[in-house]
Amino acid sequence: MDAGFLLVQSLSGLASASSLFIIASGLTLVFGVTRIVNFAHGSFYMLGAYMAVTVVPWLLEIERSPWLFFVGVLISAAVVGLLGVAMELLLLRRIYKVPELFQLLATFGVVLMVQDAVLKIWGPVDITGPRAPGLRHGVEIMGQRFPAYELFLICAGPAVLGALWLLMHRTRFGVLIRAATRDREMVGALGVNQAMLFTGTLFLGAFLAGLGGALQIPRVSASAQMDLSIITEVFVVTVIGGMGSVTGAFLAAVLIGQLQAFGVLVFPKITLVLVFLLMAVVLVVKPWGLLGKPEPAAGRATLPEGILHPRGFALPEKLLAALAVAAALAVPVFGDAYAVKVATEVLVFALAAFSLHFLVGNGGIVSFGHAAYFGLGAYASGLLVVRLGVPMEPALLVAPVAGAAFAFLFGFFVVRLSGIYLAMLTLAFAQIAYAVCFQWVEVTGGDNGLVGVWPSAWATSRHVYHYIVAAGAIAGIVALRHVIYAPFGATLRAARDSAPRADAIGIDVRTHQLLGFTMAGGAAGLAGGLYAFSKGSIDPTMLAIPMSVDFLAMILLGGIQTVMGAVVGAGAFHAIKDIFMPLTDYWRFLLGASIIALVLLFPRGLGGAFASVRARVAAEPARA
Amino acid sequence: MGVVTISRRAALTASGGLAAAALVGLRAPRAQGAPVRIGELNSYSRMAAFSVPYRNAMQLAADAINRAGGVMGGRPLEFVFRDDGATPGDAVRVAEDLLTRENCAFIAGTFLSNVGLAVADLANQRRRLFFATEPLSDALTMAQGNRYTWRLRPNTYMQTRMLTEAARGRTARRWGIVAPNYEYGQSAAANFKRLITASIPNAEIVVEQYPALGRVDAGATVGALNQARPDAIFNVLFGPDLTAFVREGNTRGLFERRLVLSLLTGEPEYMIPLGDECPEGWIVTGYPWEQVEWPRHRAYVEAYRARFNDTPRKGSLLGYVTVEVLAALLNKANSLDNEALIDALRDLRTETVTGPVTMRGIDQQGTMGTWVGETVLRGRTGTMRNARYVDGAEVMFPEAEVRAARRSA
Amino acid sequence: MTLLAAAGLNKRFGGVVAAKDVRFALNAGEMLAIIGPNGAGKSTTFNMVGGQLRPDSGRVLLAGQDITGLPPREVCRLGVGRTFQVAQTFLSMTVAQNVQMALIAHAGRTRELVSRAEALYRAQAVALLGKVGMAADADRPIGELAYGDVKRVELAIALAASPRLLLMDEPTAGMAPRERASLMQLTAGIAREEGIGVLFTEHDMDAVFAHADRILVLVRGEVIAEGTPEEVRANEQVKRVYLGTTGHKAALRARRAAHV
Repeated sequence: MDAGFLLVQSLSGLASASSLFIIASGLTLVFGVTRIVNFAHGSFYMLGAYMAVTVVPWLLEIERSPWLFFVGVLISAAVVGLLGVAMELLLLRRIYKVPELFQLLATFGVVLMVQDAVLKIWGPVDITGPRAPGLRHGVEIMGQRFPAYELFLICAGPAVLGALWLLMHRTRFGVLIRAATRDREMVGALGVNQAMLFTGTLFLGAFLAGLGGALQIPRVSASAQMDLSIITEVFVVTVIGGMGSVTGAFLAAVLIGQLQAFGVLVFPKITLVLVFLLMAVVLVVKPWGLLGKPEPAAGRATLPEGILHPRGFALPEKLLAALAVAAALAVPVFGDAYAVKVATEVLVFALAAFSLHFLVGNGGIVSFGHAAYFGLGAYASGLLVVRLGVPMEPALLVAPVAGAAFAFLFGFFVVRLSGIYLAMLTLAFAQIAYAVCFQWVEVTGGDNGLVGVWPSAWATSRHVYHYIVAAGAIAGIVALRHVIYAPFGATLRAARDSAPRADAIGIDVRTHQLLGFTMAGGAAGLAGGLYAFSKGSIDPTMLAIPMSVDFLAMILLGGIQTVMGAVVGAGAFHAIKDIFMPLTDYWRFLLGASIIALVLLFPRGLGGAFASVRARVAAEPARA
Repeated sequence: MGVVTISRRAALTASGGLAAAALVGLRAPRAQGAPVRIGELNSYSRMAAFSVPYRNAMQLAADAINRAGGVMGGRPLEFVFRDDGATPGDAVRVAEDLLTRENCAFIAGTFLSNVGLAVADLANQRRRLFFATEPLSDALTMAQGNRYTWRLRPNTYMQTRMLTEAARGRTARRWGIVAPNYEYGQSAAANFKRLITASIPNAEIVVEQYPALGRVDAGATVGALNQARPDAIFNVLFGPDLTAFVREGNTRGLFERRLVLSLLTGEPEYMIPLGDECPEGWIVTGYPWEQVEWPRHRAYVEAYRARFNDTPRKGSLLGYVTVEVLAALLNKANSLDNEALIDALRDLRTETVTGPVTMRGIDQQGTMGTWVGETVLRGRTGTMRNARYVDGAEVMFPEAEVRAARRSA
Repeated sequence: MTLLAAAGLNKRFGGVVAAKDVRFALNAGEMLAIIGPNGAGKSTTFNMVGGQLRPDSGRVLLAGQDITGLPPREVCRLGVGRTFQVAQTFLSMTVAQNVQMALIAHAGRTRELVSRAEALYRAQAVALLGKVGMAADADRPIGELAYGDVKRVELAIALAASPRLLLMDEPTAGMAPRERASLMQLTAGIAREEGIGVLFTEHDMDAVFAHADRILVLVRGEVIAEGTPEEVRANEQVKRVYLGTTGHKAALRARRAAHV
């Protein structure tokens, strides 16, 4: 390979890195100040592109000048910045006090709503924007032609980095951002300024995302799938760089840009895995990313986000639980075939969500990649049935074993981290597992997956299989619930509440967390196996990010402080989806809106709402 | 132009209404009796650019059939449209809903291959007909084919073969392949590798690029292709990936003096977003609807444009033909018993707006064809020139191959 | 007999010497205070004993057994209880459950999946709480308690492991003066009664001179004096670099108060 080619390839990498950095810098700033993991950042990027393909051609009608092109880009970014302000004022401001995971869920609701809003406003056809006047041509570099616009992009990244540096070091606003990023407690001391600071930061963050999107229009067309395709990559950049570190994001973007530019030469087929492998390696070696700093220990002890006091069931709850079990068992008797199907599915998801709740609510281990264990359980069973002709019964037993085995393997690295980095490492492992299932076509069938994963002859009927699922799911949930009350469950809560204290009374925190992770992985694997046989097929969407997000949504809707919340949440989430999907093409909008409404109305989830109603009822006679 | 369209549309609606009224009064009575319900699931939310025109055309065709007296001796045809959520898990649940609660006679539709395959397997399990329309995966009718699953649209193999046969007589020896990294892209690339030597015996593959679907790093990909200095390129990218790839390739001179074969690029779904970036002289499969002169097709285009005030897409054609074939099927079987329907489908021949279509019995694949031609930029949008309709019957999988694949399944 | 011995502990952070050749010994039933100005290396020394930090060189011996560099949980299992500068408790649990958790851990039953945690060691936990005067609050959530009471519960948690040695990092930090004295008295009483050695760091000179049997004075990572409160108070170097006259007076006042 000649030097000219290598140089141009590396320039291509730098151009991609610049774009990636501009977007990621906004995400990392918003996280630094508000501590919100903003899923909607990708939506801002998409809106920036859509604004630009609307505004820029209109400006270029007036005069085809490069200046007007960039004016259009800046206008688009500013409009998106204002949308960021709107999101802060209307939504985020109301939920700074609710648990972090709820904030994340709310931003995911925004993602769903924006997706459908974009379809409604701009239509489903991709829109190709104009190229930048004066930068349409290619430039000869050592005998290779390279787009002039990308040379411009290569300069844009460092220019934004420089501008941000000036902002952070030369303005009061910037000093406040840095202070807030370094020490969360500081923010509280700011008083009135805090509201301004947060609004301003959201403007800046959304502006940068919008700028990134608008600058892309000469390269890619605006399409409704842009948001989710960028957001994972941007997460990777911010995490590798260290959450909150702008310079770190720059380094990480350059690293990833080069990795991709040269990765396609060496491994043209596994580019999906490469970035996540990089993230996993960086996090294992540097638990806070390249330039990130450990979260300073809070000066004041705060209540953990999760199950607080696992009480036993009182009479009303016992009745409710009995009713729920009876209903689950009675569906095949009274319901039609579809009701049975839905009930089966709800039971499967209840088990999967409960296993995640066991981790998140009871153990304080936030997993963004729980679908991995669900999916790997499904694949283990499915592959045995399809490839080796093993019957359902033994294959189903292997599902939890596989889920647990992979949870143990990944968990070994995961429990070494904490907070957002831990969550991101679970995401990275899930994406690696996803990419392997997706791209190892010979074994897994690739994205088509494998079909023919049906139950044994005696269990083929929907009704019989429903009872199998009911038995598995209820047994799994009851067993995990029991563990929550057992010394092991209490130990996980202890480690969550205070790792130093747990350590000081002789608890090996990591080992217990690893065992908890494994247990949850096993239960999720069982759920995955049960799911595979109910659908008859396996495919990579079972371990993709949306599935993980669904599980999170279920436990949060159900209430993270209530032991049985996850089960309620699984039912509620499924019901919402089932009601809206047949109703309209814009069901994602309604789903997103309901998620946001639930977060605003029941910040402790449905289970939490139930608990407070119960507490009020219990207090009534005392007052009388 | 706008004024003309509106007035013409209004006139058409009015006259159409009159004509329909006259028909009702004088000749075949409007369809009566219990409607025949068919469940149609597709990615209406995720793949709206394709599926909405598709649904529109189905509605158009169904209305026309119902006005003319319906099916099975006077029963109206009714489609129950549902979003399949674009994931197999959701799709299987929705399919069950359509079959049980919605009382549909059978199901049709789906877009993504993995969704299509999962629904096909469900159909096999439940012994109900699944009439797959859009999924392209060869597996659907080959290795994973089953008695209950039939597909209308030309599959990946057929479309790839149309292109390689169009390259017959060319001298390009060194080939580069660029395809999205998922089943459709991989299987198109695999088909290409084994079919190209039939047209160009000394062809060799010198570079292959498989960017992730929806996130092509166009600069790096174009650089890698350029570096290998191929004589020709086989492209499978589509949608936003295609736009990014074409722009980057145009600026970097990747397509200069190179033959390019490209799947699906000539379809309006992908031509419209490309706009004036449309490359010149690529050999593509597509749908130059404005150049098709068959009277039956022209009538459908007129009706479509009048009703929806939009130009037809490939999805529209597919939706329209689907309904035509299904109506013929119901009339022939005259029963909703799924086993009878499947027997009737075997080698069923239907006259459609795209010519005769036969549902070949051996692999349960329709002979619907598509157009092959060269891309050309006219004004600010691309279209095709020298386009000719290739009947699917000419490029079907050889029967021996079908037998081998379906036996091993 | 020597319960705890530190021999030649050294620790550097980058270019900064945090501990230089620190050596001391502690007997069972004895209270040894480490004092010194901010940044003198008190916490570093403390954490090297407790297992949070590994010394660059030197050894820590517990009853003759080398525990250098063992992680805190191992140190705990060898009979060392500890309290933290900012109280560390299990906030989601009640007072009794906190102590029960420590008892479960001490018994090595944290991996049990069948029994109910709530029911285990309840009586023992209440008894331990009785020792620190908190039995009446056993069933309150620990988050509701006043800070001074939380510190008492922390002491009970530390005692759950039947320790031979207690490590207390600034035991009275953040407490009201009256609470400080009573906590120190409580600790001293339990330590002497059960023959537990106590190593503590402290800012509050009243507490130090009132309750320590011996005092270790650290300045810039080095031990500059060691001895009984009287000896330390008389030490000229200590007076000069650390205590000053105010400190001296405070020491006298504290001594008087403790003996009244």
